[in-house]
Amino acid sequence: MRGLWKTPGASIAGSALLAILLWQAVVSLAAPPSYILPGPYDVAETLITQRGQIWHHTWYTASEVLLGLALGAGLGALSAIGLAASPLATALLRPMMVFSQAIPVFVLAPILTLWLGYGIWPKVIMALLIIYFPVTSAFFDALMRTPQNWLDLARVMGASRGRVMRHIRIPAALPGLASGLRLAAVYAPIGVIISEWVGASQGLGYLILLALGRVKVDLMFATTIALAVMTLLVYAGVDRACRRWLDRA
Amino acid sequence: MTAPGLALTGSAAFGDTPVFGPLTLEVPAGQWTCLLGPSGVGKTTLLRLVAGLDELTQFDGRITTTDGDPLRGRIALMAQSDLLMPWLSVLENTLLGARLRGETPDKTHARDVLARVGLSDHQDKRPGALSGGQRQRVALARTLMEDRPVVLLDEPFSALDAKTRAEMQDMACKVLEGRTVLMVTHDPGEAARLGHQIVVMEQTGLRDVTPPPGAIPRAVDAPETLRTQAELLAQLLRAA
Repeated sequence: MRGLWKTPGASIAGSALLAILLWQAVVSLAAPPSYILPGPYDVAETLITQRGQIWHHTWYTASEVLLGLALGAGLGALSAIGLAASPLATALLRPMMVFSQAIPVFVLAPILTLWLGYGIWPKVIMALLIIYFPVTSAFFDALMRTPQNWLDLARVMGASRGRVMRHIRIPAALPGLASGLRLAAVYAPIGVIISEWVGASQGLGYLILLALGRVKVDLMFATTIALAVMTLLVYAGVDRACRRWLDRA
Repeated sequence: MTAPGLALTGSAAFGDTPVFGPLTLEVPAGQWTCLLGPSGVGKTTLLRLVAGLDELTQFDGRITTTDGDPLRGRIALMAQSDLLMPWLSVLENTLLGARLRGETPDKTHARDVLARVGLSDHQDKRPGALSGGQRQRVALARTLMEDRPVVLLDEPFSALDAKTRAEMQDMACKVLEGRTVLMVTHDPGEAARLGHQIVVMEQTGLRDVTPPPGAIPRAVDAPETLRTQAELLAQLLRAA
């Protein structure tokens, strides 16, 4: 019985059960009106009765997240390689990138909506912006940490800089890229939701605002749970893809 | 392939700190020269200068070859750590040089070379699945694939256990025959077994030590080899 809690499945189930019990305890003891804090049972019921609507918006948000992830990861990886290949590019662009991080990306959400409208693109761009730096930075740092001995060996072998990059520096830095991508998987939904709050007609961020506006707090909670599950699934998918890829590479 | 001899004459400094004083090291063609000395005396710096890798040290002098052609492109390097790429198989690691030069990898030749170092059964494994001695044999195979007349060895066997080290010394002697080898080592026994020339590097400069008689690799238990080993150790102790 003691050993059971060490398995991940039992640990997650136990943790979820504890959270639901605490939630129910607060609701039972403080007895807030259901438009302030609905109980777990009400929220579960809403999750089931409204599943069609929630599924539709989850799917919409998930596609924005995945598109943003793909573009941000691709652009971030390319930037990291470009920076690592050129000290001049690093000297010119790195300060700009660091400075850009001092601007909270969220302030750009309204202007992106103004420029790109209410469709998926401002959300995708927002996800891209929020994950670009962590991906670039993690991969770039790893690319700059290639063991000097390997580079020396390559030099004695008469390798060109491009081939050293392709055959040694990039493969050696893939674990760094993978940790950047794992961070990105968690950040991307944040960017998408913020952007959906600013202006959208579909998506989980939109549904949360809609539910609150109509004082359907149970729907708002049900939507939040759907969002959390979606984020975990995206993270698990990225994590798994990274592991497989690193095993094979 | 005719291996050239080489000579290094000059002094090296790192900023204002001298690394090694004015000295002349001659490495005869097609033979093993073992460079022995205490840590920090500049052995590895000297080897890196010959390899064309050292850019931070100011070297005031010349590196020449007996045939007058430049050394660039005629050197292979094998270091203390095996420097295998963990994501490549043994076979792919052996072919690293071809890959890095954009040449068509000669897999058949690589398999032959792996067979010579006794790794035929391991060619599809990753380095992580091999023992330390096997990994160093892959590094030796990679060095052989380069097929360069001059081979620089920087303490390549120092991390191995005594038995594996002796086996690797025998194997390296056999497969590198005819090439000009410059080996940096900490191990007097290794120098006594392998050196056609034995040179001790000290703060004051280089000193030639008469090697034991006989072809290399010399038997580990030959009295002359053991005597040279003991003499070298005594010299190192005096120098320290």
